[in-house]
Amino acid sequence: MIQFTIRRILQTIPVLIGVSILVFSMMHLIPGDPAQIMAGESAPQEQVDNLRENLGLNDPLPVQYFRYISDVVQGDLGNSIRGGTEVVSEIGSRFWVTVELAFYSTVLAVFIGIIAGVISATRRNTFVDTGVMVLALFSLSMPNFWLGLMLIQWFSIGIDLPSWIPFLDNTSWFKPSGWGSFSQLVLPVITLGTGSAAIIARMTRSSMLDVIGQDYIRTARAKGVKERIVIYRHALKNALIPVVTVIGLQFGTLLGGAVLTETVFAINGMGRLIIDSISARDFPVVQGTILVIALLFVFVNLLVDIAYKLLNKRIDLD
Amino acid sequence: MEQLQEIDNDKIITRNESPRSKQRRDIVYKILANKSAIVGGVLILFILIIAIFGPLIAPYDPVAQDMVNKLQPPSSEHWLGTDHFGRDILSRLIHGASITLLVGFLSVALGATVGVFLGIISGYYGKRTDSIIMRFMDILLAFPGILLALAIVSVLGGSLLNVIIAVAISSIPIFARIVRSSTLSVKKLEYIDAMRALGASDRRIIFKHIFPNVTSPLIVQATLSIATAIISASGLSFLGLGAQPPTPDWGAMLSDGRNFLYNAPHVALFPGIAIVIVVVAFNLLGDGLRDVFDPKTKD
Repeated sequence: MIQFTIRRILQTIPVLIGVSILVFSMMHLIPGDPAQIMAGESAPQEQVDNLRENLGLNDPLPVQYFRYISDVVQGDLGNSIRGGTEVVSEIGSRFWVTVELAFYSTVLAVFIGIIAGVISATRRNTFVDTGVMVLALFSLSMPNFWLGLMLIQWFSIGIDLPSWIPFLDNTSWFKPSGWGSFSQLVLPVITLGTGSAAIIARMTRSSMLDVIGQDYIRTARAKGVKERIVIYRHALKNALIPVVTVIGLQFGTLLGGAVLTETVFAINGMGRLIIDSISARDFPVVQGTILVIALLFVFVNLLVDIAYKLLNKRIDLD
Repeated sequence: MEQLQEIDNDKIITRNESPRSKQRRDIVYKILANKSAIVGGVLILFILIIAIFGPLIAPYDPVAQDMVNKLQPPSSEHWLGTDHFGRDILSRLIHGASITLLVGFLSVALGATVGVFLGIISGYYGKRTDSIIMRFMDILLAFPGILLALAIVSVLGGSLLNVIIAVAISSIPIFARIVRSSTLSVKKLEYIDAMRALGASDRRIIFKHIFPNVTSPLIVQATLSIATAIISASGLSFLGLGAQPPTPDWGAMLSDGRNFLYNAPHVALFPGIAIVIVVVAFNLLGDGLRDVFDPKTKD
């Protein structure tokens, strides 16, 4: 196991180097003069030259990269062009906002996805199974930014309820923007988690059906073990092993998807920072934030692989 | 007698058809018997017809402004209402269908072409070539979800063409991986060794013998990728990085609707429904094709 972990960590190193090279290259792939674009088209030449000098764009590329990577290793992601502040401090608390959003959404997706998948598998080819799978299909086909807007419409702006419903006048229950209180968390978490819940539900169903068809389940049933115990103790435990990988991948996807959710709900996370910085042509911030999310994703994948190995001793990386 | 007739028919077919065309015929029958594939296929056909004949059937000019009738709710005159410039939403959706399909098809075609090329080279030549290509794919996969496409568009600048390029690049790794794994299993077959022993060139083996054997998973993935590409592209347009106004792009229309949720929710509602219908159609077709081509995954 230790050997596996070390090997897996070593395999991550070339990916990390590659990611850093790609992110570093971003500024150099901008069509035209990056300093001119960042300074603005009407900026005086002196200002453009200063910016180019400050960003070290006059040095040869390998020198620039090594300076960039040695800064990154020391936790320095450069300075914002807009305010001159450090990119690390710009990211600051926004890092945890995005991680929290992705984490809560993953928890919701896992909870709903596994329950829906198990219900669907145990009632295979019934009306319930078809209903759950059709719902899953629509959920994963829905752009999350649209779902977010619809949730704001229904549960934040609200819909007037008929007078015969006691205590409730309308459905204006949650806040449409910001992050922190429970009322602000609900809609973004549902928005971001729904698609992943659908993917996890489909995966759980197919994995459960695979396991339910195996001999040891038939043996357990033949021995007279209660159906509930067969499903939850014997089948689900093994069926969840492949689902773990999907959950890890989904957490990563949600980190990316957070860009849109944060924009819809005006949440000050890393995703919104990227979008704001793209419109302001503030490339050091865009680069730094994208690098942080990618590194986080690589780290999560590493953890998932190790967890998968712990759960399933048969897996071999080769 | 009827049974005899059936057997005879079968014999006639077997005698006149090559095994490959019989296999193709079987696949067509299986696709036609698959509910998901049929519903998805019919929906796509319907959307395709709208996309092609859109300009003829749209009731209004999609960019014609009518400020007197702005933000009108659905009515008999404007079936899906009007937007903040008084433009007819139905006409804009109809015109936007071709943009949506074009972005989906082109980005996947581009991504699949590069991905297939890299996947076959990687799987066929193996060793160093394989590890270099696959490590590069791992690097691209390290950018989750829409992030890679977003990074590319932020560099290239916001436009529909750049969205297509960005979505295409982010779809390369999945195609490369799938084709590589199929190539690896086909490469091990004896007839490939036999071809090599007969002196066939690498290029001939790849194009004549390996490529036709990797097309099934490729078709399935391409169909599902179109669905993902449409969502990603509309997401980039929603962020203002895709088609520029006044192009009737569905993602951009949704973005416009965002500002009028309080007084005109229909502006955001209908473009979203349109995107969901198209994406559901491609997902249904993809799921159906997967059941046909890879029955192991069918429950």
